[in-house]
Amino acid sequence: MAISLIRRLIQALFVILAMTVIVFIGVSVIGNPVDILINPDANQAERLRVIAHYGLDQPLWKQYLLFLQGLTHGDFGDSFVYGRPALGLILERLPATLELAISALLIAIVIGLPLGLYAGLYPNRLSSRIIMSGSILGFSLPTFWVGLMLIMVFSVELRWLPTNGRGVTAEFLGAQWSFLTKDGLVHLLLPAFNLALFKTSLILRLTRAGVQEVLPQDYIKFARAKGLPERRIIFVHVLKNLMIPLVTIIGLEFGSLIAFSVVTESIFAWPGMGKLIIDSINLLDRPVIVAYLMMMVLLFVTLNFLIDVCYTLLDPRVRLDARA
Amino acid sequence: MTIAPLPVMPEAPPEPGRLRRQLQEFSRSPGAVTGLAVLIIIIVLAVFASVISPQDPYDLTQLDILDGRLPPGSESFSGLVYHLGTDSQGRDILSGILYGLRTSLTVGILSAFAAAIIGTTVGLIAAYIGGRTENALMRLVDLQLSFPTILMALMMLAILGKGVLNVVIALIIAEWATYARTVRATALVEREKEYIEAARSFRLPGWRILFRHLLPNCLAPVIVIATMQVARAIGLEATLSFLGLGASVTEPSLGMLISNGYQYLLTGLYWISFFPGIALLVTIVSINLVGDRLRDVLNPRNT
Repeated sequence: MAISLIRRLIQALFVILAMTVIVFIGVSVIGNPVDILINPDANQAERLRVIAHYGLDQPLWKQYLLFLQGLTHGDFGDSFVYGRPALGLILERLPATLELAISALLIAIVIGLPLGLYAGLYPNRLSSRIIMSGSILGFSLPTFWVGLMLIMVFSVELRWLPTNGRGVTAEFLGAQWSFLTKDGLVHLLLPAFNLALFKTSLILRLTRAGVQEVLPQDYIKFARAKGLPERRIIFVHVLKNLMIPLVTIIGLEFGSLIAFSVVTESIFAWPGMGKLIIDSINLLDRPVIVAYLMMMVLLFVTLNFLIDVCYTLLDPRVRLDARA
Repeated sequence: MTIAPLPVMPEAPPEPGRLRRQLQEFSRSPGAVTGLAVLIIIIVLAVFASVISPQDPYDLTQLDILDGRLPPGSESFSGLVYHLGTDSQGRDILSGILYGLRTSLTVGILSAFAAAIIGTTVGLIAAYIGGRTENALMRLVDLQLSFPTILMALMMLAILGKGVLNVVIALIIAEWATYARTVRATALVEREKEYIEAARSFRLPGWRILFRHLLPNCLAPVIVIATMQVARAIGLEATLSFLGLGASVTEPSLGMLISNGYQYLLTGLYWISFFPGIALLVTIVSINLVGDRLRDVLNPRNT
């Protein structure tokens, strides 16, 4: 088993290395950053000095090697726009994005799981049908448009909730968080709900499908025959068996929540990583684009690796397969 | 020595009546039929946008800046009624939607179709050749599928730059792997069946077995995925355009229209964003309804 894990790890490192090539070379081919770096009035000597400072006069392969060298001590270069280390800029905004993604995930679980359980247990009730149709809508509604409508209804018409920003934040573990203050929570509510919408539908449908798969099983029939109370059957026997696939999916989806927060952050002017990357793409701020994309690659490779490890530990079939 | 001409291989023709049965099966779902009807109307509207639209929203001579931001139902001096209101430039929202549908549908259909062709080819080749090639191709597919679509699209747009065509390319690159994985799985099952063995025993060339025998029998899932993919692509394109990475002002899509109205939303001018959003929603829902039903109808377990 250790060997298969080491092999997976090497594969993961190889993927990351391959992605540095694709991202760095790819991003370096577009646009001419000199235009945004240099004041149009600058003289020729000044131009050359700036170009040399950012290493833009070097051949591409040499730029790439310098980039790799920087990576080994966490240096993605300085942002062209802010003139500060790109990685620092991104890490600074990480708490905002994490906070949004975690809140959205919690909302999705709190709403999706009970509704899915209900729709799975009583599939023929009218309310279950309404829940299921609602979930189709949740899949089809474009997130950004729902965000706009939320703003329209709750901020513009009803004036209940603010439209943008994080509100008052409080410090915790060396970072600023919105969920610790009342004002921050109020600001968090709409964006988190917006981001949660799609995942709520997903968790709802998965839960329902899981319940319908578990219910006809013999151990449920046995539990019923034993005369166990219905509540115990549902919360212990059904829910427990649902949890394994559901937790896997939730783990996977957490990464995609962070990726999709790009949209929600742009609508609600939430100062997270997603807003930063969109601004950076529009400004051709290469170091920040590269740093963000590499961070995301790292995140997803790590998530997938962890899921692989969990499977190997939990599922004897995978273990046996690796030994063979 | 003369070789007798090869007997003509029956190329797994659908038995007569299958299509009709599937059509009947499809029409049994009222939701899907409604979806299809709406979809056909939308496509007709998009194709004939330039004929139907009360105004050519991108012909500057037809725009009157004085008509800007009029609420739905307003009338212009020339007697033109803006049923859905106008935007800040005095553009009729209804005309904008009709033209926008055209861009959105084109992007959706084009990218889903191209991704289907690439993904299907890769999946078929992987399943048919097997061995190292299959391993390498499927690794690539796994890798691709481990990143969310929007991240792949962002990455491609960061590399390619903005624009509608680049969005199409980004969508193709982000989506082909789904087809490849499904087609390979289907083809692995089909490959073992007698008709492929028969074709092999006739020593038909590999490409012929691949594309004339294996492919037609792997198409059902491809059609289902492609339908759903069109809806996804339209939604994603709208999202990217909304973020300012997609359509330019000269080729507006629905996402672009929604984005234009975003700043006015806060002051209560809802219609600039609201109606294009409804058009987007109706398009996506009707495609999904059709796709959902197609999945049930084309499922081999049902036939």
